[in-house]
Amino acid sequence: MAVHRRVRTAFTTVAALVIVGGLLFPLYWMVNASFQPATGLLETPPRWFPVGGTLDGYRQAVESQGRPLLNSMIVAAGTVALTLALSVPAAYALSRFRVRGAGVLLFALLLVQMVPGIVMANSLYAVMNQTGLLSTYAALILADSTVAVPFAVLILRAFMATIPAELGEAAMVDGAGHGRVLWSVVLPVSRNAMITAALFAFLFAWADFLFAVTLNADDSVMPVTVGIYRFIGAHTADWNGVMATGVIASVPAAVLLVVAQRYVAAGVTGGALKD
Amino acid sequence: MLARVGFLAPIVCYLAVFFGYPLAANFTMALREYSAASFYTGEAPFVGLANYAAVLSDPVFGTAMANTAVFTAASLAFQFGIGLALAVFFQRHFPLNGVLRSLLLIPWLLPLVVSGTVWRWIFDQEYGVLNQTLLGLGVIDSAVPWLSSTAMALPSVTVANIWVGIPFNMVILYGGLQGIPTQLYEAAALDGAGPWQRFRHVTWPLLRPVSAVVLMLGLVYTLKVFDVIMVLTQGGPANATQTLTTWSYSLSFGELDFGLGAAVGNLLILIALVFAVFYLRGLRTSGAAPGTKGGR
Repeated sequence: MAVHRRVRTAFTTVAALVIVGGLLFPLYWMVNASFQPATGLLETPPRWFPVGGTLDGYRQAVESQGRPLLNSMIVAAGTVALTLALSVPAAYALSRFRVRGAGVLLFALLLVQMVPGIVMANSLYAVMNQTGLLSTYAALILADSTVAVPFAVLILRAFMATIPAELGEAAMVDGAGHGRVLWSVVLPVSRNAMITAALFAFLFAWADFLFAVTLNADDSVMPVTVGIYRFIGAHTADWNGVMATGVIASVPAAVLLVVAQRYVAAGVTGGALKD
Repeated sequence: MLARVGFLAPIVCYLAVFFGYPLAANFTMALREYSAASFYTGEAPFVGLANYAAVLSDPVFGTAMANTAVFTAASLAFQFGIGLALAVFFQRHFPLNGVLRSLLLIPWLLPLVVSGTVWRWIFDQEYGVLNQTLLGLGVIDSAVPWLSSTAMALPSVTVANIWVGIPFNMVILYGGLQGIPTQLYEAAALDGAGPWQRFRHVTWPLLRPVSAVVLMLGLVYTLKVFDVIMVLTQGGPANATQTLTTWSYSLSFGELDFGLGAAVGNLLILIALVFAVFYLRGLRTSGAAPGTKGGR
């Protein structure tokens, strides 16, 4: 009986490996292509493994996408900072104060996440044009924050609402104001929720293509998503360079999955259920 | 009182400036003849509903509507179906379960532009792995133009989008499955229910609230898909993959007629809003009495 059972679980693991392998094949294919010489990609049958590989693709990627990668970094970091600065006080207030209109505000935060990005891009283009912000980091950071802020407020508020009110009240009896309570009592306890909010703000901004392609008239602040897009348009034959750029652009996601897996999981479910 | 204002004022101002104003601007833009020159001269003559009339009578409108409907329906059906199958599968206990489940998340975390680029390489007519494999196996006689034929482009783009959406569906549905008490399965098994009957009479009805949330979020998300289509086909060939989103983009940023682009964008909001109402109503009923609507 025990043996029979062990065989069955082993079989299930094998089946799971095959399924996951199949679903992740496109990723393998990206990595494989990134290490092939340009000519190796134009062979039939395809080279299934990157044996005798080269770093040509990566050299090309760093050469042409170095600046866009740096731009992505700056925009993503800026978005994280702006998102936390805006959403932490808001989440604190929404979880602590009984204010009129709080329900309306929460509903608005839920609803604005359904506004199609293209509508935002269309009108933000007009706004950025009027304010002279087109093709600046500020424009991209502000635009990307529209995706991150509502999500961050909701997820932080949901967490802060679970912190017992007595924790803050004790400090307030000792004469601390709300700012002090937020800073020294609530924030330290909310570390995990903050990491989740920051992480998703980073991923949203890092992956943004729509705002990057619409709010940029020149290449000075072009992030890597637009870089790849232009790269395919310009050199259709250099797939190894394109794929190497894709691999590099995926690194933040992969790193976050490894070092911050439980925060990612919290964000996925938090994003779906919103509370 | 002052503290409350201080804490809430920034977010309220932010929402007004970055959502309220742009949405209002989009609404009025659609009523004006808003060209690239309008940004410099400041002149955008009021044209009433002319932009909407132009959009609705454009032959592309019907195509984009149909494409959006097919793309959205097929994406949702397969993402949900495959996601649910995977979620049920991963409920079993076996070694490496946790690791494999988190690996499945990767496609969801990648920038969509990267995923789109990978699929463009897979679908490449001459050197793509799909055609090479199918030709090698003798399934097809000649290379299929996955992305450049009007017949195949929409299915191909949809496949790429399904792939992107599977992890999200799987993770949420898996979470929902974990919430179903195991005693129910044990009781059903005692009553002689087989695996299919257990799924049909325990899993499916109890998972319904979660399923509704996943499908609604998937719908709202799929309506706004932009990156994948832009990287793979840019709405072509001959509008074969043009959705309302990509059409709005090409009207505004390709033809530089922001009035027309805004009109299409507003139609998109209208559609999203209709479904949002369903979603929020569903959320309320499922939140108030989880599971009670199951059965049938």
